[in-house]
Amino acid sequence: MSEIKLKLVDVHKSFGQKRVLTGVNLEIIENETIVIIGQSGSGKSVLLKHLIGIMKPDRGHIYVGGQDITGLSEEEMMKLSRKFGMLFQGAALFDSLTVSENVAFGLRRHTDLSEEEIQKVVKASLERVGLRGVENLLPYELSGGMKKRVGLARAIAYSPEIILYDEPTTGLDPIRADAINDLILQLKKDLCVTSVVITHDMNSTYKIADRIAMLYDGRIIEVGAPEEIRNSPNPVVQQFINGRATGPIEEW
Amino acid sequence: MARQVWAAFLEDFLCELGQVFELGWQALKSIFKKPFEKANFIQQLEEVGVNSLPVVSLTAAFGGLVFGLQTYLAFHRYIGPGSESQGGPIIAVGLCRELIPILVGLMVAGRVGSAMAAEIGTMRITEQIDALFSLGAHPVRYLVVPRVLSSLIMVPILTLYGDVIAIFGGFAYNVFLMKVNQTLYVQNTLKYFEFWDVSVGLIKALIFGLVIAVVGCWQGMTAAGGAEGVGRATTKSVVVASIAILILNFFLSKVLPSSLS
Repeated sequence: MSEIKLKLVDVHKSFGQKRVLTGVNLEIIENETIVIIGQSGSGKSVLLKHLIGIMKPDRGHIYVGGQDITGLSEEEMMKLSRKFGMLFQGAALFDSLTVSENVAFGLRRHTDLSEEEIQKVVKASLERVGLRGVENLLPYELSGGMKKRVGLARAIAYSPEIILYDEPTTGLDPIRADAINDLILQLKKDLCVTSVVITHDMNSTYKIADRIAMLYDGRIIEVGAPEEIRNSPNPVVQQFINGRATGPIEEW
Repeated sequence: MARQVWAAFLEDFLCELGQVFELGWQALKSIFKKPFEKANFIQQLEEVGVNSLPVVSLTAAFGGLVFGLQTYLAFHRYIGPGSESQGGPIIAVGLCRELIPILVGLMVAGRVGSAMAAEIGTMRITEQIDALFSLGAHPVRYLVVPRVLSSLIMVPILTLYGDVIAIFGGFAYNVFLMKVNQTLYVQNTLKYFEFWDVSVGLIKALIFGLVIAVVGCWQGMTAAGGAEGVGRATTKSVVVASIAILILNFFLSKVLPSSLS
């Protein structure tokens, strides 16, 4: 029986009058890649930001490796962020820092490595995502796909236990998107990490997921292996995975 | 209806004031917490201080000149020809206590406070602030503390620098252009002008520096709604900081003693 790495219990979150999460329950098992699917604006990114402590739930509990992180102070949360690496939707590279400074950023704060060791890890992390000779470039000099790769190199540099991917293939052409999928699979194999991916790209989902969870109406309405989701009797799931404009989902 | 609008306005105002105080307090508390972001601090010292020198030099020089001009005219018209040298201390006191701290405050708010809001606001909407958190850097400690600290240090220094330039401007107008008696002008100035007059300006500048940085950072941190939101935050940071500077200036002038002797 594999250990539960992340657990969300009855997580609620509202922004003003808008209720985004209305009781999310989900267990994420160690070393698995779970893909959370859902419509744009359904609260997937909000859910992901709760896992790393960027957002706090209005109600409910989040457990990381058995520890309840809901009541932790900011300082404690910062320490806990060492366990997470996050790839942001737009890569979120620091504009004023070079690629190598971006990748070294987490290493300098999360580890005690010497400058020489940091440079070695930076180079190795960039090579792992297939980038060479870009160390001294600034983010604006990179293409969208390269930015995502640098973002990924930054997220994995300090060897986190859990990697969170926020729409890793959005905005990329199909070939680059598939290259990112391969990278996600490769990283899972090489680093034995637990991965949480949120996306609405079904091709990507089927390729990388061990399990799929669907977020709809602020709740997880279905969780299962890709085959189970494909054969789900739930009409909402069927409408979404088959990309039909007509069906029970009327808001889009 | 009008009452509801006012109530909503008051609620928003108090809510925003609360946010500003909270961020300011958090930043001041975090100044002594480790790790200190030295590289960012030095970069901000340069941005707030060194890069503001040209604009402060120009505004202070012309502020001093026009203050000298009007004071000369006032003495010439109302007291009589020959009395203009008595304007020296009035020019120096007026400049150091009021005009230069306000001019420097408004210039720095326009130049630096807006840049803080724009930079941090862009970081906010592109998730760079969330990325900071995920990589173990506290956003307030990494972004706000260096900006607040460098403003606290640099705005008074810029004000002191502006004082010197402006006093010289007033002196130059009277002595070099209008041929006022130089010895009397300097003698009068030294007789009535006190170190406390400079200090009042510097105390004001310290508070203005805090206001500019905290307001700029607060607007950046709370920016939302894409490029338009960043634009709004940038404009609002200048408007809010400028109004706050002018209002605070009056109350500080009222509260701070006119002389220590």
